[in-house]
Amino acid sequence: MTTVVEVPTTPAGVEAEVLRLRAEVRDFLREEQAAGRFTPRCDAWLAGWDESFSRRLAARGWLGMTLPAEYGGHGRSTLERYAVTEELLASGAPVAAHWFADRQIGPSLLRYGTEAQRRRYLPAIVRGECFFGIGMSEPDSGSDLASVRTRGTRTEGGWLVDGTKVWTSGAHHAHAFFVLARTAPLEEGGSRHAGLSQFVVPLDSPGVTIRPIELLTGEHHFNEVVLEGVFVPDDMVLGEIGDGWHQVTSELAFERSGPERFLSTYPLLAALVGALAERTDSDGQRDLGALLARLWTLRQRSLRIAASLAGGVAQEVPAALVKDLGTRFEVEVVEAARLLLDVEPDPGSATTLSRLLAEAVLHAPGFTIRGGTSEILRGLVARGVGVR
Amino acid sequence: MTESTQEELAALTAAARDLLEDHCTPERLAASEGRTDLALWALLAEAGFTHVGIAEDAGGSGGGIVEAAALLGVAGEHAAPVPLAESTLLAGWLLALAGLPQPDGLATTGEGEVSARPVDGGYRLQGTVRRVPAARDAELVVVLARVDGDGAARLVVAAVPVAGTSLVEGHNVAGEQRDDVLLDLVVPDVVEVRAGTADELRLRGALSRSVLIAGALDRVLRLTVRYAGERRQFGRPLSAFQAVQQQVALLAAEAAAAHAAADGAVEQCARDGFATPASAFAVAAAKVRTAQAASTAAAIAHQVHGALGMTREHSLRFSTTRLWAWRSEWGSEAQWSQQLGRTAVAAGADGVWPLLVGA
Ligand SMILES: Cc1cc2nc3c(=O)[nH]c(=O)nc-3n(C[C@H](O)[C@H](O)[C@H](O)COP(=O)(O)OP(=O)(O)OC[C@H]3O[C@@H](n4cnc5c(N)ncnc54)[C@H](O)[C@@H]3O)c2cc1C
Repeated sequence: MTTVVEVPTTPAGVEAEVLRLRAEVRDFLREEQAAGRFTPRCDAWLAGWDESFSRRLAARGWLGMTLPAEYGGHGRSTLERYAVTEELLASGAPVAAHWFADRQIGPSLLRYGTEAQRRRYLPAIVRGECFFGIGMSEPDSGSDLASVRTRGTRTEGGWLVDGTKVWTSGAHHAHAFFVLARTAPLEEGGSRHAGLSQFVVPLDSPGVTIRPIELLTGEHHFNEVVLEGVFVPDDMVLGEIGDGWHQVTSELAFERSGPERFLSTYPLLAALVGALAERTDSDGQRDLGALLARLWTLRQRSLRIAASLAGGVAQEVPAALVKDLGTRFEVEVVEAARLLLDVEPDPGSATTLSRLLAEAVLHAPGFTIRGGTSEILRGLVARGVGVR
Repeated sequence: MTESTQEELAALTAAARDLLEDHCTPERLAASEGRTDLALWALLAEAGFTHVGIAEDAGGSGGGIVEAAALLGVAGEHAAPVPLAESTLLAGWLLALAGLPQPDGLATTGEGEVSARPVDGGYRLQGTVRRVPAARDAELVVVLARVDGDGAARLVVAAVPVAGTSLVEGHNVAGEQRDDVLLDLVVPDVVEVRAGTADELRLRGALSRSVLIAGALDRVLRLTVRYAGERRQFGRPLSAFQAVQQQVALLAAEAAAAHAAADGAVEQCARDGFATPASAFAVAAAKVRTAQAASTAAAIAHQVHGALGMTREHSLRFSTTRLWAWRSEWGSEAQWSQQLGRTAVAAGADGVWPLLVGA
């Protein structure tokens, strides 16, 4: 088991700088809320798209925090960035617009991008002026990501990309997305992971059509993105042709271990604490305590992974563990709130608790699906511990 | 109460199923989102379904709660956007109990706190009936009110025209109308009913939701089994993966448990009425168990459907959002569990077993 869970530990950041930063973020969030600039909601990192909010964060230096100064970044430590993002998530702030760009696109570009790509995108990401989507899934390729049918065909000076991506969150607002495509045919008996590549595709490229796919709530977050003969010049290939699987996998470690994998329902948890505090009896306190113990533990785990990701250590299996445990926790918060409070969820309710509960109930099924389903994650962990 | 034979019951559900299958298509359900499907309601009324479980001499179509529950199971299975539970087991029953006529239009009701005070020209009703289904489209809200007097409080039923109330509009997570009905008006007449009526209404409310949930789980199971067989990943249908098989098996077990619980409670109440401890126990147990099943089953169904099930286009949501709504209506499983526990503790170590076996 040790091979799976052992990651280089960094003491949870208690340095003075992190403390100061945290206080600053809290003040900022209080002001924003007091000014009515946002209303806390559940799952705000998917559902809360607010570009001006993102830009106000950027103005404070809270986007692209860990990127080097030469690309406009702030050269901050991973733990500082972690503190800022978890404060934002805990407050239910609308962080969706910059989320993917800040979380994984920036680090990926830094790691695999060309100098020109970095100069083109990183400073804009840091300023909150460039937002990204992720084009991995397709109608017939969800869990089986290596089976993507989107194809890159060699042409003069670049590639022609054809295919259909689905569930592309934010594509209708974003400027560009990373597209995973097959650039070499599957070889008989060869690895399914070979022959895949990533392209950086601006969403206003000729040949790109974006259609909304409404969530069951009627909200428009994700999309179908059809690519028809989209020309991608050679300088917009990300990393190496044929190295797409490896690159995507390392992106997924960023995608799976962050605090958004256990804080999607935190605004509801906070409201639950508030409601229990108004009670004269101690009903619910034991259940609440059990939830808090889990949350505290998840955070320890996730923080350590963040620290070692920064050190360039591969974290696929630990990240899968965090996501599985974390998303299950998020769902349990919903159940606990529902059962302890006897509130009926109503999405349009003027009562905060009832509205937060409805958002959480309606978004919860997605928690254990997006970013890799629980079953797929457990398969990874099983392989990691050596039973598969 | 006339008792139907198994054949008669099967004929009733088959007829209801025929009608609802044609009229609760995904397109139609999507079109009536947030509303009552009044066209469907008219067809159900014409076919005599809206007052099943109410004696013919009280303006109903006859049958008892067994018949009404059988019908509701079918309605739950089809996610029918009509307040059948209200017109049969709840508001319809209250009207019949009070000897009041069933209206041509819709009658609905809910839980509430309402007081009735004798005044010139009748009774002043004040209070709120909460989260009332289809109030916007209803003709009558049937209100159970307390008359505080010198002696013990008396309970009365009043048939209140919706037009004389004010509504605070709301919805459950399935988009079904759940309005708060605010009352402050004088009605010419009220009818006194027996003291246990409030308890019985609550039990009937919980039972109605249990039966609806059990019905909805049939559809959720069917859709999930079908999807697992059709969707392929890694070159195989999802149903070939053991992890998926295990989940679907759990879903099937939850659906079976929900049916056992709902059917058992219906039978118990049909036999003894709602006033016995065994009936109260059965209804509470059924509400707890069906609500648990709703949560577990909806989670599994969505997990198996992947991102596709999270879309508005996919029809799974018509059932799962209703499961999420109904499990919390007329008391969550937490409230009913508490009640079961309290009843058991009051009965003591030797008293629990008789409660469980109903004898
Ligand atoms: C809210 C939301 C936002 C999303 N945003 C994006 C985005 O921005 N970009 C993007 O590319 N994608 C996005 N996705 C898609 C997401 O990554 C996929 O939904 C996910 O990878 C699962 O694929 P699928 O939905 O096709 O399910 P499927 O792969 O069809 O799986 C269906 C079920 O079968 C199970 N299953 C499949 N294979 C196996 C197996 N071998 N063993 C056991 N069980 C198995 C799964 O666990 C699941 O329960 C988003 C999804 C959601 C819900």
